[in-house]
Amino acid sequence: MKVILIEKAQWEAGVEKARDSYRLFGPVSQGPFHQFRPLAAGQLPDLDYSNTRMSAKELVYPQSEKMFDYTLDKSQPDHHLLKEPQKDYSPRAVLGIRPCDADAFGLVQRNFDTPDYKDPYWIRAREAITLVGYACSAPCSTCFCTSAGSGPFSESGLDVLLVADGDNFLARVITERGEKFMAAAGWDAAAGDDADARIEALRAEAESRIASHIETDNLRSQDTLSLHGAAFWEEVSFACINCGTCTYLCPTCWCFDIQDENRGKQGMRIRNWDSCMFPLFTLHGSGHNPRGKKVQRVRQRFMHKLKYYVDKYEDGIQCVGCGRCVQHCPVNIDIRRVCELMNSYGPSQDACAVAS
Amino acid sequence: MLEYTDKIREIAARLLKEGTVEMVIGFRKGTVPMMNEPCFVTDAGDVDRLIWDGNCGVNLANYLMDRKEKIGIVAKGCDARNIVTHIVENKIDRDQLFIIGVPCTGMIDRRKVAAAVDGEILEVSEDGHNVSVRGQGFEKVLNRQEVLQQNCSLCIHRNPVISDELVAEEVPEQQGVDRYADVRRIEAMDPEEKWNFFDDLLSECIRCYACRNACPLCYCPTCFVDESRPQWVGKSQDPIDVRTFHFLRAYHCAGRCTDCGACERACPVGINMRVFTKKLEKDCLEKFGWEAGLTTDARPPLDTFRPDDPDDFIK
Ligand code: SF4
Ligand code: SF4
Ligand code: SF4
Ligand code: SF4
Repeated sequence: MKVILIEKAQWEAGVEKARDSYRLFGPVSQGPFHQFRPLAAGQLPDLDYSNTRMSAKELVYPQSEKMFDYTLDKSQPDHHLLKEPQKDYSPRAVLGIRPCDADAFGLVQRNFDTPDYKDPYWIRAREAITLVGYACSAPCSTCFCTSAGSGPFSESGLDVLLVADGDNFLARVITERGEKFMAAAGWDAAAGDDADARIEALRAEAESRIASHIETDNLRSQDTLSLHGAAFWEEVSFACINCGTCTYLCPTCWCFDIQDENRGKQGMRIRNWDSCMFPLFTLHGSGHNPRGKKVQRVRQRFMHKLKYYVDKYEDGIQCVGCGRCVQHCPVNIDIRRVCELMNSYGPSQDACAVAS
Repeated sequence: MLEYTDKIREIAARLLKEGTVEMVIGFRKGTVPMMNEPCFVTDAGDVDRLIWDGNCGVNLANYLMDRKEKIGIVAKGCDARNIVTHIVENKIDRDQLFIIGVPCTGMIDRRKVAAAVDGEILEVSEDGHNVSVRGQGFEKVLNRQEVLQQNCSLCIHRNPVISDELVAEEVPEQQGVDRYADVRRIEAMDPEEKWNFFDDLLSECIRCYACRNACPLCYCPTCFVDESRPQWVGKSQDPIDVRTFHFLRAYHCAGRCTDCGACERACPVGINMRVFTKKLEKDCLEKFGWEAGLTTDARPPLDTFRPDDPDDFIK
């Protein structure tokens, strides 16, 4: 793969040039934390950040997205018909997305782009977006990406990976989309022959800084029903307040709810993020709720990420190890700890789990 | 805080051994700095899990809801006031509880501490006066008083108003505190300024409902925002619906909120939604001479009728 050298001094000019062909998004400081925002003319992404508070998933899959417009006004010829609203799927690029967030798009794709079902909203938005990643040289203490199938220099999902190297960025161009972006920005100086070796060295250094790890090797072979019935769930779920923090901040959570909202005779159909932590999530029309209790909801979140997903796709866990839920759960429920309980679970340990 | 921890363990072990309670609700040490996790202990052999320090800001009264056991509960000043509110509102029976009272010196605001240093915090420790912070390549000592949660620095009920046993001598209550300077600042704004202020305040809200769910007062079987027949509030990120949620939630807490700060502390995007409940708290104090959760002998002003009510419209 080609590696381009971008002097940091040329960064701004290139970003401005790319703007002619792309709508740009990037991390922007919101005071105590960073969020992905559209970059206004002249605005650069702020790359001095560890991870944005909200993940990048909202750039493709917004928290609230209009699906259809309609009118209930019978005097209109198209009344009671769902009409697709105009949407802007022109090319956009995200500058400075972290590799774990980019990786997460691949996991979420499994839900929205399957042989049987194609979600047009997600797929069109995903196709329109070019991801220019920024390798992590200083991971947080809560990052466990390397044991969650990702990594600080992971390239999966990315079109370009930028690696900071002194006064320069080494830009590894991964896809054709990435080539196009680099051309649009006018960055074309080939890096020296040692660029790949240099990136490898920086990668090894960054990976050695990852201090947090999880074990996932036994999850696949665990018996689903005994794990489901494990005694530790009561204790794991005790503190949980069933908020939306962990699922809304997570780059890999994909659940949504569809609502019609009317104002007068005009209406729209919207889809909003939903969360398995909310009591309403599984409430049936009959009033029955198969997950009426907190312990059932907490178990669902972890069983989905660390067991059902693992079994269904046979390609690791539904988590890229970004650490957001670990840092921001208001009551410190830590997926690393729960993963350890699940991975090391054996019915023989059940007695200990009850006592501990 | 070490003495508090020892005493909490001692009391918890005794209560469990003697069978006075079936479970003790308290905190265990968290997995990230400045975060402890609410937990329960049912076996006297496990009480070493319980700890106490300045990171126990979650309101444990929230964990009493719908429990049938005899419970020992560790309660700082505001938790005790919310327990009183639960008792008054018939959410729990006084006899079901053994309250392990903690005279409180305030909870640490992890956002203030994070803002005071450059870089990720790896370890935080504290003594009575200082908070020591260590991170990659830095160490810093902060004045504990200056990094307290705002509600704690304004608190005038640090000692539990109700308890069966205290873990230490009572602490002196703070004197001469101006509790409502921030509310007055907003009251003084003209309507447009207020509008912009609230707009700005709530702009990052993701409707995760952590603020609502962290609050012991919010125990309705179905919250008005979740109600679907009829549906009162839209569920999207429309700012009108976001504001509706916040304003109505605050009103539901009027005369009941103890300003424990659990809501603000829970918010993943750092919104100070406490300004709403504080305004109502101030109104309750000024109009009814009422502070929530101080006594089990009176009901909150908004759920009582008094024949001598000064307002005519209600007669
Ligand atoms: S685990 Fe934490 S963040 Fe997730 S719903 Fe429970 S309290 Fe909220
Ligand atoms: S489960 Fe937690 S650590 Fe894993 S990707 Fe989601 S937010 Fe990140
Ligand atoms: S509204 Fe906030 S401050 Fe008031 S009692 Fe509830 S959690 Fe505590
Ligand atoms: S906790 Fe914060 S983000 Fe969540 S609903 Fe409350 S104010 Fe909004």
